[in-house]
Amino acid sequence: MIRLFANANYDFIKWARWAYLITAAIMVVGMGFLATRGLNYSIEFTGGTLLQVETKTAVGTGRIRQALDGVGLRGAEIQTFGSDTSYVIRARISAAAGEGDTVAVAAAVGRALDASAGAGEYRVVRTQAVQPKVGKELQGKAFLAIILSFFVTLVYLAARFEWRFGLAAVLATAHDVLATIAFISVMHLEVSLIVVGAVLTVVGYSLNDTIIIFDRVRENLHKYRRQNLYEILNLSINETLPRSVLTHGTTIATTLALLLLAGEVIRPFAWVMSFGIFTGTFSSIYIAAPILLLIEKRWPGEDARGARALGARAPTPASPMAPAVPKSIPGPTAPRVPTR
Amino acid sequence: MSTIRGRLITIGILMVISILALIPRNVTQRVMDKATGRMKDTTVRQVPINLGLDLQGGIHLALEVDESKGPVPDCADAIQRAQRVVRTRIDEFGTTEPVVQIQGRCRLIVELAGEKDPARAKSIIARTAFLEFRITDMKNLFQTTLPQIDAALRRAGVKSRGAAPSAVSQLFGADTSKASRDSAADANAPGALSSLLFQGQLAGEFLVPEEQGEVVDSLIQRPDVKQLIPRGIELKWGAQVESRGAKSYRALYAVESRPIITGEELQKATARRDQLTNQSVVEFVLSRRGGRKFGEETARHVGDYMAIILDNRVQGQPPVIKSQINTRGQIELGSKPLQEASDLALVLRAGALPAPLTIVDEQTIGPSLGADSINDGVRAGVVGVVLVILIMIGYYRLSGALAVAALTLYCLFTLAGLSAFGFTLTLPGLAGFVLSIGIAVDANVLIFERIREELVHGKSLRLAVDDGFKHAMNAIVDSNVSTALTAFILYLVGTGPVKGFAITLIIGIAASMVSAIFVVKTFFLIWLQRRPAMTTLSV
Repeated sequence: MIRLFANANYDFIKWARWAYLITAAIMVVGMGFLATRGLNYSIEFTGGTLLQVETKTAVGTGRIRQALDGVGLRGAEIQTFGSDTSYVIRARISAAAGEGDTVAVAAAVGRALDASAGAGEYRVVRTQAVQPKVGKELQGKAFLAIILSFFVTLVYLAARFEWRFGLAAVLATAHDVLATIAFISVMHLEVSLIVVGAVLTVVGYSLNDTIIIFDRVRENLHKYRRQNLYEILNLSINETLPRSVLTHGTTIATTLALLLLAGEVIRPFAWVMSFGIFTGTFSSIYIAAPILLLIEKRWPGEDARGARALGARAPTPASPMAPAVPKSIPGPTAPRVPTR
Repeated sequence: MSTIRGRLITIGILMVISILALIPRNVTQRVMDKATGRMKDTTVRQVPINLGLDLQGGIHLALEVDESKGPVPDCADAIQRAQRVVRTRIDEFGTTEPVVQIQGRCRLIVELAGEKDPARAKSIIARTAFLEFRITDMKNLFQTTLPQIDAALRRAGVKSRGAAPSAVSQLFGADTSKASRDSAADANAPGALSSLLFQGQLAGEFLVPEEQGEVVDSLIQRPDVKQLIPRGIELKWGAQVESRGAKSYRALYAVESRPIITGEELQKATARRDQLTNQSVVEFVLSRRGGRKFGEETARHVGDYMAIILDNRVQGQPPVIKSQINTRGQIELGSKPLQEASDLALVLRAGALPAPLTIVDEQTIGPSLGADSINDGVRAGVVGVVLVILIMIGYYRLSGALAVAALTLYCLFTLAGLSAFGFTLTLPGLAGFVLSIGIAVDANVLIFERIREELVHGKSLRLAVDDGFKHAMNAIVDSNVSTALTAFILYLVGTGPVKGFAITLIIGIAASMVSAIFVVKTFFLIWLQRRPAMTTLSV
């Protein structure tokens, strides 16, 4: 029988400060990218025209560019899409352009392609023409969805656990969303509706992971009456470690399959999900748990041993029932506060 | 034993239901007939899962009221009228189930799966609605020419296809039938057209069995038949299919070619329920000019039936003109529900005030791209599943194999769920499905890890299994509910493909709860019962 991390006994919480530092660094880099480069919104969000064409021979983006310039479409982006006979042409609507322009653009692209690839030498396989008004609405909706999902989860966790757990889980998840957005910006992925869907899936996945650990914490708080929260958190993370490895393993396996095999349309989604699994795992252990500790310190609960967690330095004897309980745990590096 | 049997029966029932939901069945599809350029119905056999536009190719259009040429006071009403109009034109599209729905208040979504020609689709949608009132063929002019038409068809060699061939014509052998075509005996044979038409309730109304609709349509479109239709009379199909008893019929109306009034004279139409008689009523108001004309016409046609025709389709059953109507009139629908009256009022308004529409979002996806997407998605799915199987069996051995067996049930349940509730599988949905396979084993991982822990704590096998399942339950429920909540929000807020993703995720979560908890537990119970002496569990 293979057992990974059985009876693991790592002091995860000790590294919380390092985790904050890493997070801060990621955030700074990410926000830097966001500020300078911003997000690469798809035309669903900005409005504009997209054409995906397949040509019989590799024409090259240069020739298409020339042809587009020839019909006066200077701002258009041209990218190969998976292979060098497949191109995506995006013409975003400039603020000055009129509303009905999207259709005219599509026609102009058609003319340009006739000139560069020759009529009959190409096939338009996908077109999209979105008016900016619709894009604006969509942006609002996407934002609303993320906020709403936070709110609903907060309420659910508050009902099932306690508001302290809910807040810690939501903060950790908020971290994941920010980190994922930073990742999207750094990777220059196109923010389409599918990618927003991926971000929301990351929200669900990360919460799921945090909840598994918190569920163990809740159980262990009842089971081991004498341990402080610091120890309980570490114990719970260690106990759930095999599960984390297995589940993240299977999920990574499927996202990698999507990333490598599912084609161009799904690729941004798969990128975001792959990153999301990492950040979700990281945040459940290094953000959610330490934040719960901080929240307990700031607003001590009735039973949760927050204040004691920071006060009790002496190692508490392990429960005889549980061989997996660490025999001794190094004291936390957090500053000492008076016991309640 | 009995609990195991009960569980197995439950699983068996679920499997049977799922397989039934996925058995390929006949679906009618409208395709363009290459020869005539018109739409016709064909039947194809396919697995009943709706594929999204991104997988089968098609056109998605979002339309709004065009306000560039002046403000439109009530956009919600304008969009409802537009929806009504597009619905009447639905069978001009080459698609199985076109989606014509209102999104929010003032936006119309039209999705035409399989439609390849965006220009044609747009022209059908954007065409201005045309409403007219016409008197039906009160003198039965058309009916009296039916024998002539039948004779002409017989001369042209069109065989009667409607009723079963009469006994007389069957008596003749194959070689004599040709010679007897014009004989008196064959004249008694059912007419090619008349045998397909059943006299309706009012003058000029005929009922055609739905399955014969195409045949009749092709017959009345023939130039030789058109020539014989009396001057001043035209044939128009009814918009709705009506069922009489077990069969459904489509109405065909013979109406005067000259409209007594057209939609532009209509100013207002509203539906209401008459408080005194408890009848559904549509009230309409005509312009002064229209009222004068309508008054003259209705005075001459008291007692006649008046067909309301929108875009060449007769809407509802023509009402009888009871008295002269000037600018204000009402159509009584008797005991029919108010809904029907509202619909008729909408038809009248749609014809009266054509809503200028503008396309705010247009997407076309070529069928080849959709097919590629399916291939890639399925390939990724297969590889993902194989990896998950390897990990699970490699790590958990026999228990892992049980989880994998449950995983196949999971896939079956999820696909059946999509099919049974009529949800649509989109490309992101396919990705969500693949992803959910990775997530679906989470419940089993949680349970197996718990069982291992319980075993380490020195519990007996049976107790460890029971407690493993029991203790893992809290975590499984909480984590799945929170994922389902975010998926539900995605469903509420998302559109099109993203909605499909959310649906797949939600169904996947539900299916994984059943397969990972109930099914795997059953497997364990059987296993433990078969091997009571077993001391170590392959977990």
